[in-house]
Amino acid sequence: MTPAWDVAVVGAGIVGAACARECAARGLQTVVIDAAGVGGGATAAGMGHIVAMDDSPAQLALTRWSQELWHELSPKLPREVEFESRGTLWVAADEEEMAEVRRKQGVFAAAGVAAEILDSRALAEAEPQLRKGLAGALLVPADGVLYPPAAAAWLMGEAIRMGAVMITSQRVIAAARGLVRTDNGKEYSAKRIVHACGAAGTDLLAELPVRKRRGHLVITDRYPGFVHHQLVELGYLKSAHSIASDSTAFNVQPRQTGQLLIGSSREFGAEDSTINYPLLRAMLQRAASYLPGIGRLQAVRVWTGFRAATPDKLPLIGPWPGDDSICLATGHEGLGITTSLATGRLVASEIMGEKPGIPAEPYFPVRFLEADHGSPTPTLYGEAAHG
Amino acid sequence: MSREFDVLVVGAGPAGIAAAATAAESGLHVGVVDDNPAAGGQIWRSGALLPAAAQRWKARLAAAGVVRLQGWRIVDCPEPGAARAERNGAEITRDPESEGRRDLRYRHLILATGARERFLPFPGWTLPNVMGAGGLDAMVRGGLPIAGKRVVVAGTGPLLLAVAAHLTSRGARIVAICEQASAAQMAPLMMQVLRRPGKLWQGASYRWATKKSRYLTRCWTVAALGDERLRSAILQRDGKQWCVECDVLACGFHLVPNTELAALLGCRLENGFVATDERMQTSVPGIWCAGEPTGIGGVELSLLEGQIAGLAAAGKTSAARRLAGRRRGALGFVRALERACQLDPQIRDLPREDTVICRCEDVRLGALLGRGGWRDAKLHTRCGMGPCQGRICGGATEFLFGWHADSVRPPVFPALVSSFLEPDAASELASPKEAL
Repeated sequence: MTPAWDVAVVGAGIVGAACARECAARGLQTVVIDAAGVGGGATAAGMGHIVAMDDSPAQLALTRWSQELWHELSPKLPREVEFESRGTLWVAADEEEMAEVRRKQGVFAAAGVAAEILDSRALAEAEPQLRKGLAGALLVPADGVLYPPAAAAWLMGEAIRMGAVMITSQRVIAAARGLVRTDNGKEYSAKRIVHACGAAGTDLLAELPVRKRRGHLVITDRYPGFVHHQLVELGYLKSAHSIASDSTAFNVQPRQTGQLLIGSSREFGAEDSTINYPLLRAMLQRAASYLPGIGRLQAVRVWTGFRAATPDKLPLIGPWPGDDSICLATGHEGLGITTSLATGRLVASEIMGEKPGIPAEPYFPVRFLEADHGSPTPTLYGEAAHG
Repeated sequence: MSREFDVLVVGAGPAGIAAAATAAESGLHVGVVDDNPAAGGQIWRSGALLPAAAQRWKARLAAAGVVRLQGWRIVDCPEPGAARAERNGAEITRDPESEGRRDLRYRHLILATGARERFLPFPGWTLPNVMGAGGLDAMVRGGLPIAGKRVVVAGTGPLLLAVAAHLTSRGARIVAICEQASAAQMAPLMMQVLRRPGKLWQGASYRWATKKSRYLTRCWTVAALGDERLRSAILQRDGKQWCVECDVLACGFHLVPNTELAALLGCRLENGFVATDERMQTSVPGIWCAGEPTGIGGVELSLLEGQIAGLAAAGKTSAARRLAGRRRGALGFVRALERACQLDPQIRDLPREDTVICRCEDVRLGALLGRGGWRDAKLHTRCGMGPCQGRICGGATEFLFGWHADSVRPPVFPALVSSFLEPDAASELASPKEAL
């Protein structure tokens, strides 16, 4: 029997929306199913930082391409998406971190990402609220900021305009072997199923090498001009967000509304949305150590969300070994907003058999296959390191 | 000052005063956190001649040795038995890190957080001089001159009469009192009032005080007109619309219970109110609730519930049970009031697509149409995401769309970032008198 759909996308977060848009643009009959509506999961919990990241060459390739795609798209984005090229300041506390600034600039330059080194004085002029005596910073002007739920809604709206169908009245309970089943007994047959449900993906594919990594965010009342760039500590890369343990890092973002988003924290093993107060305190102390005046601002809301983390900090994009119908688009951890657009391109290329815009192999889920079994293993994290 | 209490009471309106005084008279160490400069809540506000009951209860509170933090509010409850309080305006004090907050500990927590006015949107409701009826009343008690001003009081419930009576006594000219309910709808409430001499006297005195005003049932404002400020209001009654000139439009569509703190603490809500047992204990052991958050019932019921909660928290079960019997008898008033204030569905049609619903984030009705629910609306339009945290628009969207707030996130009120930074070790040094 011929499947009713070319593509069934499970999950209407920003990644699912971007996948649906690319599929619909290629004329594929696309259905998107998510009971939580558009952008109600990790998308709603994210900061919306569009950022080039260089943890690994593959990460840089994906984020840089995505950043470019966002800039291409930006003239079309409606006002409510609040896209702005704020630029990121990677803040260096000392000379050791300044060496890292220079290294990073070199890596970025090689990848075609413009970045400018600010010395201590230039940094103080650019961001007077930062504590005195910081060594400098790397400014990446092309990095941006947007409001993720609105961006996801716009992408989904585009997909629908090009013929995709969205279903939010049903929850997906199974999605494999070319068939998606929902909690009201409906079935959707599709040639390909795109799993784009973030950290909830393991409900449908138990062996998915993805773990929930909870994060906290604080949003303040409106203080226009308090800071001007997205401010991230350079230590963000090396110490703060290591794979194994709970961590915090200084990461503050000015919103178009004048509000500040304060992050960030990462922890494994937390299954509910409650607040981990010691971790929240550590996160805010970190922020206050860089921005001493931040304690006097009014916090309006504190919330948590779950990122979908993979063992090697790269997303899972591409065919799922053992089920030819499944294509993964998950595991984006903290970079899903940035890399949603590139993910959509890679997924559509995979489905159409096109040559991808960048080499797609580094993101293939097959990389987590154990050589002798031929099936994905759930034990890659090394529970000992965590517990 | 002491920061560990047997009983911590949140709110010093009638319910909170009764709870705190009763618990303290039973020998417990009691603290009260209240966001007004003085005890009394919205109803027993200082600046006017207080009823005898208010004076009695305030005197009892003063004599009971209760530690009072007036002008403070609970902003978060980071763990069971702990509450973080912040002083109002802490963001502008010289040294907020040390003076503006307290970590308090308790064995029992009594929530007496009261209620707020429900605002419903109609074209022009955000014009200057369109205000909440209760809010205007408080401002006049605080010294706002109202003499000679032409005032339209509109909305629903007995509060309208009380406000009109007070404004009249201050020299205001009440152009009209517009009650959206019908006289028939109000009748059972009036019967309840007639059965209670105290309330009868109150009602009669309100009516006497406003006898020159037009009291119109089934009547509401369809629009407020003006440019920089209000100039007139369009009223509607039985399909007829007309315009009245006025300086102030005071609106109040009954009350919305303040349940945010209870929800944050995980207390079960039922139909928007905090669910309690006969002893006023919530679904969370050790957390009690009294007054308007359990059902809008006015001063007398609040006093009863406060006493029951105070006694029950002190372990005086039989005394609490005796009062619980009296409370059962008084609950009829809650139901009568609720029915009397049932809103006419036609009021849902008043806002236009360009009418602002969420003032904090400037969200208009058109942006909310077709949204799947409160969370969906919050995410995609930011409705309810501003500093008031949905306290104003939440009551409106509940009526307009049937949406209920999905979850409460800390802080309960906007709070200093520093309140989450570290424990308030510095406040150990604060003088004990300073908070009293």
